[in-house]
Amino acid sequence: MMDSIAAKNGHTCIDWGQNIRKYGTIYAFLLLVMFNILFTRNFASMGTLWNLTIQVLPTMLTSLGMVLVISSGGIDISVGSVMAISAVTSGLVLTGKTPLLGTDTGMAVLAALVVALVLGLFNGVLVACFKIQPIIVTLILYIAGRGIAQLMNNGGTIVFYGNTFTEIGLYRVGGLVPVQLFVSILFVWIIAFLLKKTTFGYYVQGIGENGKAARLSGIRTAQVLISVYVISALLAGMAGLFECSRASCADPNAIGQLAEMDAIAAVAIGGTSMNGGKARIMGTIFGALIIQLISIMVNMNNIPFAYSRIFKAAIIILAVYLQREKRR
Amino acid sequence: MEAMYLLEMRQIDKQFPGVHALDHVNFRVRAGEIHALMGENGAGKSTLMKILTGLYRKDTGEIILDGQQVSFNSPLEAQRAGISTIYQEINLIPYLSIAENIHLGREPMNRTGIDWKQVNQRAERILREMGVEADVTQPLCSYGTAVQQMVAIARAISVQAKLIVMDEPTSSLDEKEVEILFRQMRKLREKGIAIIFISHRLDEVFEICDTVTILKDGKLVSESPAAELSKLELVSRMIGRDATDVLRRKNGVYQGTGGVPVLEAHGITDKEKLRGVSLRIRQGEIVGLAGLLGAGRTELAKVIFGDNPDYTGTLAVNGQEVRWKAPRDAIAKGFAYCSEDRKAEGIFPHMSVRENMTMAILPRIARRGLVNVGRQKDIVDRYIKSLSIKTPGQEQLIRNLSGGNQQKVLLARWLCMEPRLIILDEPTRGIDIGAKAEIEALIQDIAGQGISVLLISSELEELVRNCHRVIVIRDGKNIGELESDMLSEGNIMRTIAQDILQEGGACI
Repeated sequence: MMDSIAAKNGHTCIDWGQNIRKYGTIYAFLLLVMFNILFTRNFASMGTLWNLTIQVLPTMLTSLGMVLVISSGGIDISVGSVMAISAVTSGLVLTGKTPLLGTDTGMAVLAALVVALVLGLFNGVLVACFKIQPIIVTLILYIAGRGIAQLMNNGGTIVFYGNTFTEIGLYRVGGLVPVQLFVSILFVWIIAFLLKKTTFGYYVQGIGENGKAARLSGIRTAQVLISVYVISALLAGMAGLFECSRASCADPNAIGQLAEMDAIAAVAIGGTSMNGGKARIMGTIFGALIIQLISIMVNMNNIPFAYSRIFKAAIIILAVYLQREKRR
Repeated sequence: MEAMYLLEMRQIDKQFPGVHALDHVNFRVRAGEIHALMGENGAGKSTLMKILTGLYRKDTGEIILDGQQVSFNSPLEAQRAGISTIYQEINLIPYLSIAENIHLGREPMNRTGIDWKQVNQRAERILREMGVEADVTQPLCSYGTAVQQMVAIARAISVQAKLIVMDEPTSSLDEKEVEILFRQMRKLREKGIAIIFISHRLDEVFEICDTVTILKDGKLVSESPAAELSKLELVSRMIGRDATDVLRRKNGVYQGTGGVPVLEAHGITDKEKLRGVSLRIRQGEIVGLAGLLGAGRTELAKVIFGDNPDYTGTLAVNGQEVRWKAPRDAIAKGFAYCSEDRKAEGIFPHMSVRENMTMAILPRIARRGLVNVGRQKDIVDRYIKSLSIKTPGQEQLIRNLSGGNQQKVLLARWLCMEPRLIILDEPTRGIDIGAKAEIEALIQDIAGQGISVLLISSELEELVRNCHRVIVIRDGKNIGELESDMLSEGNIMRTIAQDILQEGGACI
C-alpha cells in the first residue's frame, strides 16, 4: 500500500537497508572524519590531511591487490613479506650492494618489482597449478618471506639518503600533494577498469563464485588465478617502495608488518564477501581509509596504540553486520 | 471444522521486487495425508514452503498449525513446532557419521558430554525400522544418494515431526530407491503424520498422494483428491492450457546426411567407470545416452567435453582425431556441455543473468579483452525473448530465478555460441512439466538447425520422445543401441536388464 501510494506521488522511498549496504563504508568514513574534526585537535589542517593520505597509500595498494585475490575466492597473507623483500631489494641496489645492476633509481624500482613479480608467480602457480589452498601457499611466503628479507642484508636496516629515489619519495607536488597519490590513483583506476570492463574482471569473479563452472565455461582458470596473485604481489611491491622511499631506509623487520591484516580488514569493511565473488573497489578504498584514520585518530589523541586495534575490530564487526546477506 | 486440518495457510500473500510470488493463496493439509503441491517452476510452491518453514516472511495472511496461529522466524522454530523439511539437495554433512547427522544439534547428553552410545543406538533403531541397512558409525559420504536421502528422512522423523515437507526427494533416486522411500512415506501416513510432497514426476504423485493442490503463477488453481484427477487434467491445470500436445512424441527418423559424423568416440576408457565406450553422432542428430545411475554416462560426457583428459581411446571431430586438454579446447571446436548439477557446475549464483549467460562467449564479444557491453546486452535480450526466460531483467541475480529459468539461462549460454554439438546432461531434472515441454521443444529446434545433441537422461520417456537413436551403456560399456521402431521404453529397459540376471543383480 505505502509503496504504491509513494510511487503514484512520484516520490521514491529510500530503502535504507539497501542504501547502507551499498554506501555504508562511505558513511562510516564521513562519520569518522566528522568526529575527528570535532574532537581531535589539529585534525582539520592541511598537514594532517596529507599525512593521512601518505600513510594510507601503501594500505590502499595492498588492499587493492587483496580485493582482487579475495574476489577470486582466495586470500593473500604474504603481502607484508613481499613489501619487505621488495623494499630491501631496492635498498640493496641503491646502496651498491648489487654491483651488476648499478645504483640507478630506475633500476632499484625495476629490481624490486621483478622480485615481487617472481613472488607473485610462486603464489599463483602453487594455487592454480598445484591446487594448494591459497591460505597455505601465502602462509608459506608470509613466514619465509620475512626471513628472506632479513637475510638479504643480514638483518640490518639499509639506509640510503640523498638520491633520486628518496627525492621522489619525499617530493610533494605544489609543496603539498605527495607524488605517490597520483601513482595510487592510476593503480585504482587500472584495477577498477580491469574488473569492470574486461573479460578478466568477469573471469575473476566467476572463478570466485564457482570455479568448476568457470572451467566448464572455457575459462583458463589457472592463467587468471596466476595473474591475480602476480598483480597482488606487484601492488605489494609498490607499497614496499612507497614505504622505504618515504623513510629513506629499508627495515626488513618493520616494513609491511601486519600489512596483510590491514588489507584484509579493508576488504572486509568494504563489503566484499570473503567467499569470493563481487569485488567492491570503492568500498575497499574507503575501508583502507577507515583503517588508517583510526590509527591516526588514536595517535593524535594520545590514546595508547593498543586501542586502535579494538576500534578496528569494532568497525569490522559493524561493517560485516550491516552488509550481511539479508534474507527475504 | 477447523480441527479437520493439521495445517491451514490462509490468504498468504508475498511480493518480491517485480514479482507477485504468492497472490492470496489458501493451502490446507489434513493429518495423516500425503498432499502433493504441484505447479510449474515459479508457480510459488517453493516460496509457499519457505514461508511455512520460516525461511521467508509472508506479507499478509495467517498460518494455523494444530488450531493455533503460528509464525516462524527461522527453520529452527518451525522444526520445534513439528515441521521438518527434506530438501532436494541433501542438507547433511558428508564427513560426519550417519548417526551424527541424524542427531545433529540435538545430541543426547550425559555427564561427560555427548552420549555416543545412545546416539548410535538410536540411529540404528530408526534406520532398522525404516528397513535401511547401513553402519551408522560410517561417514555419510561413504553411502550413495539413496541412503543419504533416507538419513535425511530419519532425521526428520526423529524430531517427532507432525508435518514433513519433502521438496523433490526423489529427483536423485532410482526406481528401487523410490520404492523404499514410498514404503516409508506410507508408514508415516499410518502414524498420522502429514506429508507435503513436491515432485515433478507425475506418476509418483498419482502413486503416493491423497490430495493434490495446484498453483499457477502464484495463485491457487485447485485442491482435489488425487483419485478424481487424471494425469492430463493435472498437466492442463498446471500449465494452464490444453496438455494433449505437450507430451506427444516429437522426433521422427533421423533424416540428415550420412556424411562424416560430427563426433566419433571409440573405446573410451577412463580410470574409474568407463571401459571402452564408443559412440557416433551425425549432424543434427539427437542421440540419447541411457543407463543406470553410475553406468558412466556423465563420465563419458566429461571425456567428450575435455573435462577429464585422463583417458584412453580416440575422439574424432568431423573425422579428425582430437585430444582435449581442457574444456576450452572442446569449446573451441564448437562443443557445449550443460552439466547435470546446475548449482555446483553451472550457475554463478551472485552474478546477473547477463553475466551468467555470456560467460562462455565473452572472448568473442570482446576486443583485446574489452567487453562490448552493447553486443552483450543484445545477445542476452535476444535469448531472454527466444527462450522466454522469466526474469525481471538482465541484471537480476541468477539465484533469484526458478530452476527452470536458470536452466534456460545455462542453455542460452551455449546456444549463443552456435555450437556444433551440445551435450545435455539431465536437462530437465528438477524442472516442472511446462518448462520441461519447452526445453524438449527447444532440443528439437536445436537439432533442426543442424546442431547435434547428446542427450543424457534418467527418464526413459524423455529419451524415447526426443531421440533419433539411443545408446545404452552399463558398467562403462556399450550394451545396445536402439532406433526408429525399436526405440521404446520397454526395449531400453530390456536392454539395460539383459543378462543382468546371470550376473546376479545390478550394481549402482
